[in-house]
Amino acid sequence: MSFTQAIFEALESLNGNKMRSGLTVLGIVIGVAAVIAMLAVGNGAQASITGSISSIGTNLLFVFSGSPNQEGPPGSGGRSGQNERPLTLGDANALLDQFAAPSVEMVAPAIQGNGLLNFSSEKTTTSISGVTPEYYQVRNLELTEGEFINQEHILGRMSVVVLGPETAITLFGHADGVVGEVIRIEGQPFRIIGVLVARGGGAFGSEDNAAYIPFTTAQARLIKRSTRDQVDVIFVQATTAEAVPTAVEEISSIIRQRHRTPVGLDDFTVFTQQDFLSIFSQITGVLTIFLGGIAGISLLVGGIGIMNIMLVSVTERTKEIGLRKALGARKRDILLQFLTESSLLSMIGGVIGIIFGWVIARIVEQVATATGNTFVPIVGMDAVLLSTGFSAIIGLFFGIYPASRAANLEPVEALRYE
Amino acid sequence: MDWVIEARELTKTYIMGEFEVQALRGVSFTVSRGEIVSIMGPSGSGKSTMMNTIGCLDRPTSGEYILDGESVAQMNDDQLASVRNRKIGFVFQSFNLLSRLTALGNVELPLRYAGLAQGRRERAQKALEAVGLSDRMSHRPYELSGGQQQRVAVARALVNNPAIIMADEPTGNLDSKVGKEIMSLLLSLNKELGTTLIIVTHDPKIAEQTQRIIRLKDGELDTIEEGKGGAE
Repeated sequence: MSFTQAIFEALESLNGNKMRSGLTVLGIVIGVAAVIAMLAVGNGAQASITGSISSIGTNLLFVFSGSPNQEGPPGSGGRSGQNERPLTLGDANALLDQFAAPSVEMVAPAIQGNGLLNFSSEKTTTSISGVTPEYYQVRNLELTEGEFINQEHILGRMSVVVLGPETAITLFGHADGVVGEVIRIEGQPFRIIGVLVARGGGAFGSEDNAAYIPFTTAQARLIKRSTRDQVDVIFVQATTAEAVPTAVEEISSIIRQRHRTPVGLDDFTVFTQQDFLSIFSQITGVLTIFLGGIAGISLLVGGIGIMNIMLVSVTERTKEIGLRKALGARKRDILLQFLTESSLLSMIGGVIGIIFGWVIARIVEQVATATGNTFVPIVGMDAVLLSTGFSAIIGLFFGIYPASRAANLEPVEALRYE
Repeated sequence: MDWVIEARELTKTYIMGEFEVQALRGVSFTVSRGEIVSIMGPSGSGKSTMMNTIGCLDRPTSGEYILDGESVAQMNDDQLASVRNRKIGFVFQSFNLLSRLTALGNVELPLRYAGLAQGRRERAQKALEAVGLSDRMSHRPYELSGGQQQRVAVARALVNNPAIIMADEPTGNLDSKVGKEIMSLLLSLNKELGTTLIIVTHDPKIAEQTQRIIRLKDGELDTIEEGKGGAE
């Protein structure tokens, strides 16, 4: 019997029991849809995080104080890091040395904290960064109106602030025409000199919801640190993306020298965008596998459903099998017949499941957009191939046992079955 | 003689737990080509076992069985399937038609397993015409009367031009009038096509229409007597 005939007959037989076939297919549909949707969400999350990390610039480096390994160097006082020297403005300035650090283009030290902002009765708590004029360029910021903090503001420790668009909207209800207004930060008056362009959610919380004030002002009046000169993070722009690894080396050796720490016992950490990327893609990779795994289980359950139904079907059709054998069907004819049926069930389920999963992914996207997140689940070709392949294999695997049971029935016994 | 069936010392032993049941205890007989034979016997006489063995649905435990020139006693399952497909047409008491398929589809079934790619439809149509159902080809079994269903079964049995037609109580599920029609159909097909006809029955009225009656008793051949059928 030819293969197309087998498919045709299988379709006929599945059609003969629509309700049962439909319910069996449903098991696979749910499984495949879950796999597709989960992988799409996982991939989407990965792409969104990767995208937002990429948007911060490929030649950006971050220098934090603290050892890169959590335990800290032996004898350094452990994770509390009491013997560690904090990063200082001096460290930041040292990085500008053209001879010791030729790969460093620009340096922007910053101190960061949280504070309460209010304008008349509207108030909001947001992150406040004390920054230098270089910050604007290093972080690729853009202004919708006004200007950024300049050297004059720094020198004068002036009470001026640049707002993120979200913060402006929270306080004023709109993000334009607010330059010149005076708001209070922790009770102290600050004049708004600029508003930034919206960027969307970032990897480190929304940069749209922030306030930037002159470094010196923050240091003197808002964000107290134990040591004068202390900075929380130094943003460094490398000359090119290719120069990032050399820049890491140069920065490390300069600060090591200044902090007098031996190699391997650093009390600071240099992070590159690549480091962030690999950390987050590791996290989202685990997330994706986890989600996919859970979805895979439901696909497996669908497969067991197929086996169950095929076993029932074999028992029910024992007499038919006996008759077919009496008419000359060989073992493999019967095997093929039942395997075709189970594979068709799972393949139909697979196709519907892919469509269904895609729809779910789009719904997730709509929900995410409606709640103000730009998050696009990605239905990848790999997920489609994976789940179709997997569902076909499940159809075959869970079909083999019932089919071989059918094929091995004794014709005499089968014909006698009522 | 031209034997279509040559059975020598057929035995069949079933093992039921610790007991051995001897269903056939050395049965020998021959059937010549074109003959009409009936097999009779009370239940437990080995009649069913005999039919399964002759129909190549089962292998004898020992003995020699030559069907249309082929020794089938030692064949494996797939070889037996092929022999059933090419040489034997079955007619069952309960018709055994597939309800999903039309009359034509049911008759085509043996041709499908024969691996016939072309001309199936034409041959199936011819077979249905031969049993007088040319106007019922696209009906499904539940749309047909019992007699018509059995005619479809007969058409299915003869579509592959088998050496023998095995009919197991072919009139058992039919009322006497329709039963007679089926019997006369089988007999006329035998006359026209020369197909050997073996009828397993417990109905003496059926048996006496055949040329020879083989009676079984306790797994052994009891008597072989001449019937009245096909005398002319």
